[in-house]
Order: sequence, then structure tokens, then C-alpha cells
Amino acid sequence: MYRIDFNKLRFLVCDDNAHMRRILRTLLHSFGAREVYEAEDGATALEMFTHYVPDIVITDWLMPIFDGLELAQMIRQPGGKGNPFAPIIMLTGHSEKRRVTVARDAGVTEFLAKPISAKGLYQRILNVVASPRPYIRTKNYFGPDRRRNTGNAYIGPERRNGGKAEVLQQPSLMDKAKVAG
Amino acid sequence: MSKDLSPKLSVETFPDHQVITQPNPLRKMIRRVAENDPDDPVARAEKALQELSSEFDGWMENECDRLANAHTAMEMNPSDTANREELLRAAHDIKGSAATFGYPTAAVAAESLCRIIEHAPDFDLVPPELIAHHVNAIQAIVRENDRIDALGVSAQLSKKLRSVADEYLAHVNRDRPEHLEAILAPSIIPLD
Repeated sequence: MYRIDFNKLRFLVCDDNAHMRRILRTLLHSFGAREVYEAEDGATALEMFTHYVPDIVITDWLMPIFDGLELAQMIRQPGGKGNPFAPIIMLTGHSEKRRVTVARDAGVTEFLAKPISAKGLYQRILNVVASPRPYIRTKNYFGPDRRRNTGNAYIGPERRNGGKAEVLQQPSLMDKAKVAG
Repeated sequence: MSKDLSPKLSVETFPDHQVITQPNPLRKMIRRVAENDPDDPVARAEKALQELSSEFDGWMENECDRLANAHTAMEMNPSDTANREELLRAAHDIKGSAATFGYPTAAVAAESLCRIIEHAPDFDLVPPELIAHHVNAIQAIVRENDRIDALGVSAQLSKKLRSVADEYLAHVNRDRPEHLEAILAPSIIPLD
């Protein structure tokens, strides 16, 4: 069995709703996190992102002026300040499939629809810590590999050029640990 | 605030994309524990959330007040898009948080209101009473939550509002197939 050492992780939480920030802070501290930085809008979050260098960003989508989607795009922007590989968990009240696709295409790593649950949040954090995906850079995208399923079941046009070698997997830490153990 | 931002990257270049892998910078954050390890972080967090729940009724009332204020401001000045945006944000926050606060049917009514604001082709043409019914219903659901029969009544009320809103949206979007598709698409959150 595996556990995350939350006390070594640094989080940045961005949500304009103070109640939701309090809930997130409560959950993260209960998991064991000590460093949880909070922003109530995207612009402040971007500043804090470059200053505090968080390991994981958790952001709401709908916020005034500078929303969570724009925050994700700014973090992933080539030449931007800070760590463009930082995992981003989008925690949002949006619950339509097309929203998941839009968030994915903005470089969001994990999507978690509200209502929030301790289990759902823990699982998303576990995913980004233990099973990171490789990053893909194309003419108009930089972010985590949007292909989660790499089996042979896909039927449809191949949208990437490059042949067989293009599918590179970053082994999950869980898998590595299981083999080693 | 120093953290190592320059792990060794491995870059595979292909005709139209690159695949970039880096040693997992968070690998040191995971550890193996015994199968019978009594520590359960999820249970611990759920307990903490339970302890926080004494605040939820007050928070829900705050969210309702915010919605009502946004609605009043919008009624007084319907052409100001800032008021409309605040109404959407207030409804959206209730949609996302009401179930956590113990008011799941208020979340359903708030979602219905969000859909109207997001998918109506011309918000100025939305019947004002359709918006008002949603706002009033959410307030009533929260106000009457303690009544024994409230859950059944509030569930029926939310369901009816959603039905009326969906009928309206399907009608006004009949010539906008992309919106119609989004309106009719199922939620990614499974229904109870």
C-alpha cells in the first residue's frame, strides 16, 4: 500500500469563493499538507505560482476577470514564468463533457467536478503524484499527454505524425514500486 | 521559495510534435506503508469536513443572500452585463457547493438557472419570471430545509424547474444545433 507524504507537498489553491477555499484548506491539511497557499482570482494565483513554486495547483474555473482556464493556459505558455510542468487540477461546478475537453486542451492535468469529496480530491492528487503523464508539445498545445488510453482499441484517424515510437509511456511510480517490491 | 525547476528532460521529436518526459519531481513524496496501516487520510479528511459542517447552514444562507442580491441588481439594471455575470457566478457557486452543505436539491435548481444564463441566445428575452422562480425556489429550499417533508417537496420543485428550463432552452435553441447538443448532453456527474 502506498501513501503520499503531503507534508512535503506545496499547494496553490485558487477559488474566488471563500467557503470553497476553506473546505479545500481543511481537506488538504487533513491529508497532512502544511503548505497551502490561497488566491481568490487568477491574476493573484499567477503571481503566487511564480513566487511560491507550488508542486500542485488546484483551481476553480469560473472566476471574475481572469478565470481558471486562462490561469492554466498562462502556466503552460512557452516562456512563461514558473514551472510549466506543474500539475493542474481543475475543481469546478461545470459538469458537461465539453467542459472537460476544453479544460484538457488548455493543459489541465486532472478534472474534478463539484460537489467535492475527500476521496475524489485524494485520488486526483494521487494520480498526479504517482502516475504523471509525459508532456506533449505541438504547434498549438503544450501540456500533459491527452491520451490516457494507449491500447489498440482506438478506431479513427491518426492525428499525430511519427509512427510507432511516438507513444512513450512514463512508468507509474505505483507500477515501479510493485515490480521492485 | 526555492524548488528545483530544472529536472533533466528527455525530448523525443516527431514531425508535428514533441514528447517530453522528465524524471517525476514528486517521486519522493510517495512511500510504501504496511497493508494494515491504520492511518487513512481520506477518512481523516472526511472527519474534518464533518467537523466543519456546523458552519454549512450559515454559509448556505450567505450564498443565497448573494444570489438574491445579484438578482435584485439585475432586475434594477438589466442591461448591465456585470450584474448578469454576478448572477451566474452566484448560481454557479451554489450549484457546486450546495450538495456539500447539505442542500442537494438547491444545487439542482441552481444548475438549471446556470443553464438558462449560459445557453439562452439572448438573455434579454428570457422571461424574467423564469429567473425569479429559480431564485425564489433556491431560497425556499434553503429556508424550509429543516421541515420533515422538505426533501420530497424541494426535489419535486427542482425537477419541475429543470424541466421547464430545458423545454424553454430547447425551444429557443432549435436553430442552434451546437447549443442544443450541449443542452441535451448528459452530465458527467452520475444521477443518484
